[in-house]
Parts: sequence; C-alpha cells; structure tokens
Amino acid sequence: MKLAQHIAATVSACAALVILGAAVEDARGVNDAAIIGDGYPAKLSEFHLFTDIAARTPAPRVTSYTLNTPLFSDYAEKQRYLYVPGGKIAAYDPDKVIDLPVGSALVKTFGYQQSGKFKALETRLLLHRASGWVAIPYVWNADGTDAVLKRAGTRIPVTFTDPSGQSRTISYSVPNQNQCKDCHALSGAITPIGPKIRNLNDGKQLQALLKAGMIDRLPADAPRLARWDDAATPLADRARAYLETNCAHCHNPNGAASNSGLYLDWKQADANARGILKHPVAAGRGSGSNEFDIDPGHPERSILIFRMESTDPGIAMPELGRATVHAEAIALLTRWISDMPTDGNRTGVKATRN
Amino acid sequence: MKLILPFAALAIIASPALAKTVTVAPGADAQSRLQGALIEATPGDVIEIGAGRFELTDGLSLDVDKVTVRGAGPDKTILSFKGQLGAGEGLLVTSDDVVLRGFAVEDSKGDGIKTKGADRIVYKNVRVEWTGGPKETNGAYGIYPVESSDVLIDSVIVKGASDAGIYVGQSKRIIVRNSRAEGNVAGIEIENSRNADVYGNTATHNTGGILVFDLPNLPVMGGGDIRVFKNMVVDNDTPNFAPKGNIVATVPTGTGVLVMANDNVHVFDNDLSGNGTANVMIIGYPKTFTDARYNPLPRGIAVGGNRHGKAGFAPKLPGGDQLAAAFGGSLPPILWDGTGDKADLAVTDKVAVLGLGLALGAPPETAKPAPADLSKGTTKPQPAKVVLPEAMEAAAR
Repeated sequence: MKLAQHIAATVSACAALVILGAAVEDARGVNDAAIIGDGYPAKLSEFHLFTDIAARTPAPRVTSYTLNTPLFSDYAEKQRYLYVPGGKIAAYDPDKVIDLPVGSALVKTFGYQQSGKFKALETRLLLHRASGWVAIPYVWNADGTDAVLKRAGTRIPVTFTDPSGQSRTISYSVPNQNQCKDCHALSGAITPIGPKIRNLNDGKQLQALLKAGMIDRLPADAPRLARWDDAATPLADRARAYLETNCAHCHNPNGAASNSGLYLDWKQADANARGILKHPVAAGRGSGSNEFDIDPGHPERSILIFRMESTDPGIAMPELGRATVHAEAIALLTRWISDMPTDGNRTGVKATRN
Repeated sequence: MKLILPFAALAIIASPALAKTVTVAPGADAQSRLQGALIEATPGDVIEIGAGRFELTDGLSLDVDKVTVRGAGPDKTILSFKGQLGAGEGLLVTSDDVVLRGFAVEDSKGDGIKTKGADRIVYKNVRVEWTGGPKETNGAYGIYPVESSDVLIDSVIVKGASDAGIYVGQSKRIIVRNSRAEGNVAGIEIENSRNADVYGNTATHNTGGILVFDLPNLPVMGGGDIRVFKNMVVDNDTPNFAPKGNIVATVPTGTGVLVMANDNVHVFDNDLSGNGTANVMIIGYPKTFTDARYNPLPRGIAVGGNRHGKAGFAPKLPGGDQLAAAFGGSLPPILWDGTGDKADLAVTDKVAVLGLGLALGAPPETAKPAPADLSKGTTKPQPAKVVLPEAMEAAAR
C-alpha cells in the first residue's frame, strides 16, 4: 500500500516535471557528506533529503514520524523526518531518545495552512556528526523551492487560523543557532528531544521502524507517553505528558532551567520539584504575584498557568518559540490543577511585607 | 609525519594568530549582524560592538568559549531591548572564559545579562538599566551569573531591576567590587553561593542594599564563607516593587545589609546609613520548606567595625511604627529575628541590636521585641580572601 502510494506520488511528480518542466526530480541519495562534514551548507537542497524539495517528497531512508504529544510552537504544523544512513541502525533506549548513529539527521519543517495548502516557513536540521549533534535553521524562500541557512535566526510575519477558528497574526520566530541549543542542550551537549521511544510509541510507527530495519529491537514493554489531547486518557497522564514535551527539556537537572529546581519530566517523583507548593527562585515578574508554581486546587494562583497565559517575553514560558497562547493546553492544565486536592493543613507562613 | 600531526593540530587550536576582532556597527539589521557575529565567533575572538544604539528585537546569546565582547563604553555602546519580542534575557552567555566589558543593556523584558554555567566570567564596566526608573514591569535581574565557578563583577552599574540588580546564584568563588546598584529591589544579592567577596560597592536607593541568602529546594544549597566589607550601603528607601511570590518581595523597604539562612558571613568596615528599617538584619528563612538538606538558620554571622549613620527611623515591619515609638522614635540599627544560636552570632558594632524573639517560621505578629546582646558570640575566623585566576584580573584591567 505504502509502496503503491510512493509510486503514485513519484509518477505524479514525474508528470508534473513533464508538464511544468520546472520541478527537478533528485535521483541522488541523501548527501551523507553534507550531514557529517564540518560545514553549514547554504541551502537545504544541498542535503538531498527530498527527491523533490518543492513537494518535500522524502528521499529513501528519510522516514516521517509523529509524536504522541508534540511541542507546541504557535500552532505551527510540523513535518518530521528521521534519516538513518544505509548500513546503520538506531538503538532502542527506553529512557532517552532513540540512539541514532553518526550520520543520522532529524528534519523538522514548520509551516501553516495558507489558502488550504501547507506553506513551509522553516526547516530545522539536527545532524549527528562525529563531534556530536549540531542544530541549524533553514528559512524557505517565498516560492517554496528551497530554504536558505539562517544561523542568526529571523522573524517572519504570519497570519493563520487557529483551531478555534480565530485568525491570528504573529511575528513568527525562527530560532538562531544558539537558541536551538537553549532547548536541545543537556549538560552542555546538543541532544535531540522529540524522538524518545515513549513519545514515538503509538502502537504502529516503532513497529514500522523495526520492520524497516531502522531500529535494532522493540521490547513489548516499551514505555508510552500519553497523548495530551486524548480525552480517553486520565487527566494527570495527559497533563504530565504535555509538561514533559513542552517544559522538561529545559526543566530538568541537566537542562537550561536546572537552576530553578523545577523539574517537569513525566516520571518526576518529588512533588515539590514538580512545582507543587514550590516557591519561585528567579521568576521575577514571571511569578505574577503568586506564591507557588502549582497551588493545588488553585490554577488561578499557580505561576505555571500565569506564565503559559502570557506572551510577554519577560514572563512567557517557554521562553522561546511562543508568541501565542496555547488555549487548549491551558484548559487541560487548569482542569488538572483544579482537580488536585488542596492541602487543608497548609499553614503557609507569610513573611513580612510592607 | 605521524608524530608531527598531533602537534600541528595542537598548534592550530592554541594559536592566538587565528584569533580575530570582529566589529559590529549599529544600523539596519543589527540583530542579525550582532547575533551572527556571536554565533560565528571562535575561541580567542573579540566581538567589538561599535558606539551607538542597537535596537534589538530578540535576546542575544553567546555560546563560544574564550570570547571577549567589548563595547566603546557603557554610555556609548547601548543595546536597547525596548522592542524585544522574545527570549528571557537581553544577553545570555553559556560558555566559559568570556569577558563582557564596556557596553550597556537597556530595558530588556526579562533579565539583563544572564551567564549560566559560564565559568571564569568577567563583567567589567558594564551597565544594565531599566530606563523608566523602578517599576514592577521591569525585568528581574540586571547582572545574573548562575551555576558558575569564578565570577568577577567589577565597576558595573545596575538600575531598576524588579528583583536584584547584581544577583549571583548557585556559584562559587565570586568577587563583586567597585560597582553601583541603585533603584533596584535588591541592590546586590549573593544566593546559595560559597566564597564571595563583596567590597567597594555603593548600594543606594534600593529597597534593600546587599542581601546574602540561602534558599531551599535548589540544586546548589549551603551558601556561606562570604565577606561584605568597605561598601557604602546608604539611603535604601525605594518602596518594594518586586512582584509578590519572589523572596525579595518580602524585603522591607529601608534594609541595608540582610543576611538570611547563611553560614559564616562577615560584615565589616562598611558605611551604613539612611536605611529606614535597619542597617543590618540577621534572619532565618521565614517560609515553609520540605527540603531535609536545608538549614534555614543564620549561623556564624559576624558584624563588626561598621560605621552606622541613622537607621530604623521608618521601619517597614508589622507594627513598626508602634515599635519605633516604644524605642523613642527609631529602632536600633541592627535587627535580629531571634532565630539561630545566639552563641554563634557575633555583633560587635557599637550600636544596639533589636531582637524580635521569633521562632523559626513564626508570623511576625508573635514577635517579642526587646534589645538583644549578641556581642558575646563567637564565630569562625573571617573567610580567606577570594583569589581568582590572574587571567581574569588581567581581563578586568
């Protein structure tokens, strides 16, 4: 079936080629030298990750994937691909990101529906080189025929319609190369965030990767992160899945927010570290005049909700990549905190305040 | 040939001949040109930011070791973040052996300059300011090194931070000297840090001048071995404008030096005057906490040889006015909340001390104010002088 679709797509792409004489079918495989070399190719097309870059038809061994609970980025749609070079295989790891060998690439294209069609804005690459992972952003040209390297990032004005039907106009931020690292660094080294076994585990796609010979094994007890938007799943699992994906890359002991003491990974056992009755440390005006990160039973007094509701750069969390409020997630987390039992015995000692 | 190669490689890495100076001038597309220069820098480089005003729309960041970022002076090279749309600070540094000197960061939406996990960081002759004066909507920290070893802050100016002007957190081996903190909530704050020398600074018109804190539930705790000396801590009189929830929102207006839940802090040879609540306060951590590793008490706090001007004339404590009236119009210049072991606190300044007689975490309404004599306590000898690598001192000359 998949093969048939692929053939159909190829045929139609060839037809387009014949008719328009513009789109160029790229028969070469992925440019492994561009992935593992030291440089920063000026154009996305130089990687040959797509056989037809304008249509973004993935090259062989470039495999699309989805996540149970994705990172929210201003309601942008994302097309995710992973590439494992021929002759190599990724290693299963139940706790971390699948262990992708040197030469692998993760490709994420961000865009919005415009007049009923997906319009790509930027493609972020994570390349596994011998010296470690590097992250680089490419910005698509207006025609959508290629994307160019923008190590310093940029801003793009965008108007789109959110899931509630509301039209929004934002200054969309393409991160600079250091900002990539702000989210992707663990103990100072760049690491992929998304393709963790638990977040890929939807009951289908890991099996497909195994069958395609791209991961080495798949135990039956592979962990599974909840889908944040699956109403059939317990509220707490959904809320913690959301925090895991959207917050825990920084809010963990080895991440950019390590100094906060607020750790939001899905298995965090320490309630205070999770934010429950935790005082802020360096929140500044991000506290919104609230005493605790999470005040059980009181979302309206919880710093976590206050910071998610803001788009002010001095207050908003996450710090990067969010110019809109994720209303659906706030509704979920508000309900989660509302449902938490309040601590009736709490005798919060108020310090002096003039 | 095989023998020579490694040496050749080493020579390339170490060679200063490859270091270059990249100059960035103000003007169109400054954001991208300046950020691009910071990204493309290689170790040893100097990024020279020209004189003028840089109107920036996003936070800047540096993640390359051994880079100097140098402006034409804190009043000449101005990085303005008035139009900032993203990022939690004006400038973020996450690499080691970085020198920042001779420029200003103005009106960043969050923190001014944050350096995280950046060892051997030098701040010299830098200004961070919120230009609209003290406001709750100002960013939190002006100069903000955190989780770092070897921090030198020399001759900086910070104005208007809604939390702390100069804030050093979860770090060790720190010098803050010859700097000016004015119109912030906390002027200078050393938090959850070990081995700090804070000297030769002026902290004025803040809510509180110089704070030494230790807080619970953090990766790095157990602050102490700190010397606060030869500072001017005068006229700290700005009403507290910190957003509630933050610990500094609890600092009473008119606080000079405040030591909370710390170990072996020596406060000496300072000029302390015009602080309406107290010139010096010694207190325990007043909030609830769940961290078994945390010691909320002040211990080994030595206060001696300071010069006290007027203090305690406008105490912003619950019942402060009545208290001041009972003491003949103003409170004694040194205030102790009553927590910790009296025998381990040594106040030898020739001024009176007011004890509040509070149990740890007890509400202030339960205070039993009375004069306290802390002159008999003994503490450890003064911590040794903080000595930083000579290269850092050289970079600050």
